Amino acid sequence: MIYLDNSATTKPHPEVVSSYIKVNDQFYGNPSSIHRFGEKAASLFQKAKQQCSELSGLPEGNVIFTSGGTESNNLAIKGSVYKLADRGKHLITTVIEHPSVLEVFKELETEGFDVTYLPVDRAGVISLDDLKQALRKDTIFVSIMYVNNEIGSIQPIREAGKLIKVHSNARFHSDAVQAFGKMAPEFEILDLLTLSAHKFNGLKGSGLLAVKKGLELVPEIAGGGQQEGVRSGTVNTAGAVALAKAMRLASEQQEKSYHTLQTCNRMLRTFFEGRDEVKVISSKSAAPHILSVTVPKLTGEVVVHALDQKDVFITTSSACSSKLNKKSHVLSACGINDRDIRGAVRISLGSDQTVAEIKEFIKIWQDVIPPLLKGV
Amino acid sequence: MQIDRILIRYGEISTKGRNRNKFIKRLQQNISDACSDLSPFRIESGRDRMHLELNHPEEAQQVMERLELIFGIQSFSPVVKSGRELEEVKQHAVQLVQSVASEGTLFKVRARRADKNYPLDTNELNYEIGSHVLRQVPGLKVEMKKPEVELTVEVRSEAVYLSAQTIQGAGGMPIGSGNKAVLMLSGGLDSPVAGYQMMKRGVELEAVHFFSPPFTSEKSKEKVMQLASELAGFSGSVKLHIVPFTKIQQTIHQQVPENYTMTSTRRLMLRIADEIKKKTGSKAIVTGESLGQVASQTLESMEAINAVTNTPVLRPLIASDKTDIIEIAKKIGTFETSILPYEDCCTIFTPAAPKTRPKTEKVAFYESFIDFDEMIRQSVEEIETIILKPGYKPDDVEDTDLF
Repeated sequence: MIYLDNSATTKPHPEVVSSYIKVNDQFYGNPSSIHRFGEKAASLFQKAKQQCSELSGLPEGNVIFTSGGTESNNLAIKGSVYKLADRGKHLITTVIEHPSVLEVFKELETEGFDVTYLPVDRAGVISLDDLKQALRKDTIFVSIMYVNNEIGSIQPIREAGKLIKVHSNARFHSDAVQAFGKMAPEFEILDLLTLSAHKFNGLKGSGLLAVKKGLELVPEIAGGGQQEGVRSGTVNTAGAVALAKAMRLASEQQEKSYHTLQTCNRMLRTFFEGRDEVKVISSKSAAPHILSVTVPKLTGEVVVHALDQKDVFITTSSACSSKLNKKSHVLSACGINDRDIRGAVRISLGSDQTVAEIKEFIKIWQDVIPPLLKGV
Repeated sequence: MQIDRILIRYGEISTKGRNRNKFIKRLQQNISDACSDLSPFRIESGRDRMHLELNHPEEAQQVMERLELIFGIQSFSPVVKSGRELEEVKQHAVQLVQSVASEGTLFKVRARRADKNYPLDTNELNYEIGSHVLRQVPGLKVEMKKPEVELTVEVRSEAVYLSAQTIQGAGGMPIGSGNKAVLMLSGGLDSPVAGYQMMKRGVELEAVHFFSPPFTSEKSKEKVMQLASELAGFSGSVKLHIVPFTKIQQTIHQQVPENYTMTSTRRLMLRIADEIKKKTGSKAIVTGESLGQVASQTLESMEAINAVTNTPVLRPLIASDKTDIIEIAKKIGTFETSILPYEDCCTIFTPAAPKTRPKTEKVAFYESFIDFDEMIRQSVEEIETIILKPGYKPDDVEDTDLF
């Protein structure tokens, strides 16, 4: 099997799984209980929280554990916007955000908030000028994703953050789900940061929102007041510990895997650029673990299924939208024509990808795809 | 840049007369103790300053972090050792100034020659080194009267010593120079601060904590251990006496009318502390009491409580506001521990309406029906004594491979 759908999800690291099992096996007490067994769990949870907040790279950050990227994005946006609503009604985001961001902004529009959606260029990157123009006195919240999940474009987060701090009082959030573990974190300018464990060899159902110290959020989930009342519900000790471990492993391996990712990416790019049936969509400046290409004469589904039969797993644009038969809003925002969008597929690499696998993938592609083009 | 020595300046010790050597010796001992887990170094003490010669310069940063907490030090400076060749001295001078200066820093060179045979005299040294540094480090400005960075260059027969930084010390008197006292450590905000203030005046502390399981949890005991360990950061180590107090507390509740239980509890705690004072050769008892904070902290209440002993009961916070106490607690690093939510023996048995003006005779009368002497003797016998070093963490999760 050659698995090249790592932006959808990654394989959990065995050490992460063993942490998860061990905590559930030996420290299953409820961290809110006051007996020693509960307090043991509470101290594990605290330690996980501290490790995650250090690794998240936010200076003096606090961490709220959630069920994953979608919940973190929802909490970051609504939790902030409702808190700041009396200061202004203007919000900024980009047209290429993940649905867990875009849908929230659409919902907020129906509640009377005014949202500016920043456009992107062909490479899928926003313009800092556009951002500067959009910032107003009543802008209270800006959300810009770090690395796009479909084409890998990297946003100029640091520069954007500086503009936001200079020209407004808005909070700055970034959905960094595809960035963590893939590049050295430059998160220090952010106020809020979304991460999801299963994107860097952690477990599904576990993520976090890192929050700069002192920022208040309106809770999305009410209840027993766990996690300082921001996110009620019995805390998931094992999930938090496993997330802390996944973050540590990902940060430690990041530098090494970056090099391999770049090598693999270069091999794929060179291969695709030399083929008539393929056009590369992702720009050269994109993150190395995501490569979007299109076979305009076929549809993305056909390419995916053809490779699938050879035990090679890639996907059409993104897993979230691929079953909806809806055309990718990201690709159309980049100005890609409809035919190219229809034929688009995404190859996404994992931190432990090997050059041998990429060589094998190239061989299979050469065997499988050209015959399909005959007669179309 | 390699720091080979640290120059330490005394604070109040310098004002002492005949006893000065005792104070200096004590300070020297405290510095050695605080660094006992690091590589040994040589200390050379003079009348006004101390020189610490590091065998392992790579530990300089750690040593300096420890020095910042030690009472009796007014300030200290990291010192770089250079060969006597002028070129080498200049090179070190540039590195040193670069490490502390920024654009527009006001700067001056102050050379001193202990070795008068050096080919250049003081003025020539000042000029040679100063002009070289000015050429090499852009943006510096010379200022003779109030420089922000003063580069001192001390020429000795064996080497030249340079220094450009003065770090503020903790002030106060060396711990131990003011004998020893017993600190009643509850786990709240006040008592660690009271302890800190006594330590600053040179007093060595033995802490006492009253433990009433199962009314108070293991966690509250661990919390006090952590506080004691935080205080140990200033003295190297703190002895903590944990007194089993459940039986006495229950007896008080059976015997004494409810509105007097608090007064009586404090009296018995004080009597036990007094026993520990005698056993440990201490000279006083220290508490975190502050006037008017709670019912036991009225003058009438203190009078009734204090009636059980002739030992001086020192209350360094008696006139402090809560906000000031909190500020110090934050500064000395005990705040976060103190606010952990565990019951201690002072809160769990607190009656709904404690007497704010208890009568000494009345409380003595209520207590007279029980042989508390015997109970105190037993409690003191069963004391658990723990020596705490800096860095104790009760929450330590042993299983580190989980993370």
